Amino acid sequence: MTTIGGKKREKIDRLAELAARDEERGVSLWQDAFRRLRRNPAAIIGAVILTVFVLVALIGPFLVPYGPTDTMGIREGVIKPGVIPGSSSEHWFGYDHQGRDVFSRMIVGARQTLLVGVVATLIGLAVGVLIGGVAGAAAGLGGRWGRWVDSTLMRFIDMLLALPSLLLAVSIAALLGPSLTTVMIAVGMVSVPVFARLLRGSMIAQSNSDYVLAATSLGVRKSKIALAHVLPNSLAPVIVQATLTLATAIIEAAALSFLGLGNPDSATPEWGVMLADAQQYLGIRPELAIYPAVAIIITALGFTLLGESMREALDPKLRK
Amino acid sequence: MFRFIVRRLLQLIPTLFGLSILLFIWLRRLPGGPETAILGERGTPEMRAAIRRNLGLDEPILIQYGRFVRRMIRLDLGTSISTKREVTTEFLQRFPGTVELTITAMVIAVGIGIPLGYLAARRRGRFLDHASVGGSLIGICIPVFFLAYILKAIFSENLGWFPSSGRQDPTIGATRITNFFVLDGLMTREWDAAADALMHLVLPALALASIPLAIIVRITRASVLEVLNEDFVRTAEAKGLTENVVRRRHVLRNAMLPVVTSIGLLTGGLLSGAVLTETVFAFSGIGAFLADSINQRDYPVLMGFIMIIAVVYVLVNLIVDLSYSLIDPRVRVR
Repeated sequence: MTTIGGKKREKIDRLAELAARDEERGVSLWQDAFRRLRRNPAAIIGAVILTVFVLVALIGPFLVPYGPTDTMGIREGVIKPGVIPGSSSEHWFGYDHQGRDVFSRMIVGARQTLLVGVVATLIGLAVGVLIGGVAGAAAGLGGRWGRWVDSTLMRFIDMLLALPSLLLAVSIAALLGPSLTTVMIAVGMVSVPVFARLLRGSMIAQSNSDYVLAATSLGVRKSKIALAHVLPNSLAPVIVQATLTLATAIIEAAALSFLGLGNPDSATPEWGVMLADAQQYLGIRPELAIYPAVAIIITALGFTLLGESMREALDPKLRK
Repeated sequence: MFRFIVRRLLQLIPTLFGLSILLFIWLRRLPGGPETAILGERGTPEMRAAIRRNLGLDEPILIQYGRFVRRMIRLDLGTSISTKREVTTEFLQRFPGTVELTITAMVIAVGIGIPLGYLAARRRGRFLDHASVGGSLIGICIPVFFLAYILKAIFSENLGWFPSSGRQDPTIGATRITNFFVLDGLMTREWDAAADALMHLVLPALALASIPLAIIVRITRASVLEVLNEDFVRTAEAKGLTENVVRRRHVLRNAMLPVVTSIGLLTGGLLSGAVLTETVFAFSGIGAFLADSINQRDYPVLMGFIMIIAVVYVLVNLIVDLSYSLIDPRVRVR
């Protein structure tokens, strides 16, 4: 009997000790999420893919064997109509249709692709968070007038949602004319309604929590409650969505290039443009399409894996 | 229920109103303005001036907007620059093809996605679960047009199982009634024509289905997992209901709610994807025509198609919302 009782006591003591230690350290939502993220193999794979991608984008251009815009194949006379030489020991991925070294273009293209994805996502994030944040604060705290502001803003978001994403991007691209900036704006705008709705919903949910009630009863100004309390607590799903959007942004940029609305200056290598350009040579050299396509898929996979794992890690239902 | 439908229809009005303003501004802001949209880039200055006068572009902006809206309501969307035919005619002729394609894609996505997601949830952590989660990840990350090219290269050009382009073999000489080729074939009992149209649908629909399939698998799986943990499932099991009844009435019915919502949202995504797949397979629907119009800067077609698609998309979402309230009584009360 005593041993059982002793074991029980030991167990309780250990639990109390653990709880006390946790309290001491003050495990925040983010710390807890990060701890769980590190244990998730999917997150690790995603993070490794993205680290390699970012490293290639940052330092790759300094290490490439040839200039990405050097049309050496034409100069050397190896590119003839209907003939594009494949991989060799000098040119690992062979030449493209203009006699440029595909391996070098792939490496340098990583930087441009990352740039398109990041800038497009930042555009969507900035506009979406602005609209969603104002709407969410107004709806959660603003009373009757606030509800009016909220419903007006949401009607605008509904309009953006009334168009299928690619058509919205196409409309914007047609308006601005084909250029790299256009691609970034068009792809970014497509994600605006997603960010806006997500942040608004999250803020309204937070507005009903006890800490908001406490702050209100202490006489904290509503604008301060919205900015200092509700907004930071509502950002988690938006950050997760931003990670996932990075993946779709890269894919959608490729789709715009495919439709002829991408960067018309195909000298600067970008995977989407390279993939779109390669369509015409599928019969001769399908690899020209496969290299950039596989690179896009792997990168998108990296962002998606990391984003999904972040969503899981931040899910309060799964918290202990 | 009736009041719910009326209220939802009334809610459409501000959305469509705002959309018309956006499109109006969009048309006026296009490079070269509306006269370029009608003349293309070829018009002489005199022609441009004449068109400006004809269109009333020298009149107050509100009157111009009023006229624009009246034309929209009458479905008078102008003439295509490249084919010289009415935009509405072009749309109506091609729309059935896209509808056939999206329905086939949705049937594939739902028909495979829901059972697969359900099974993955029941066998959580086993091989089938990992395979379907992994497969759906790749489905989301693969560019649709690249997948379309791969399917075409393998199943059409190498294996020759399916035709590589078009909606139907023109040498069959099928009778046209509704422009839904499969339906036409069935109605006229030209079985070979229906079968041929169906064969033409398989590859583009598979490519188109990739993203919705992936998303439906994931949502079904997550939703079933969540419902399986609910108290009411344990209660149902505890009171001795057979596993089949629990599955059908308690688990599946409740798990379907988020899936149905996502199907509505995905339908719009299908219209995006149709632009890409139809182009790869030279499938004459609205998607391929839109892609051509983009290349030829055929603005009347672009604008008209975008306007109609927006209305169709909004209506589809309305129908989805209504069906949602049929499944979930809680929505109806609000």
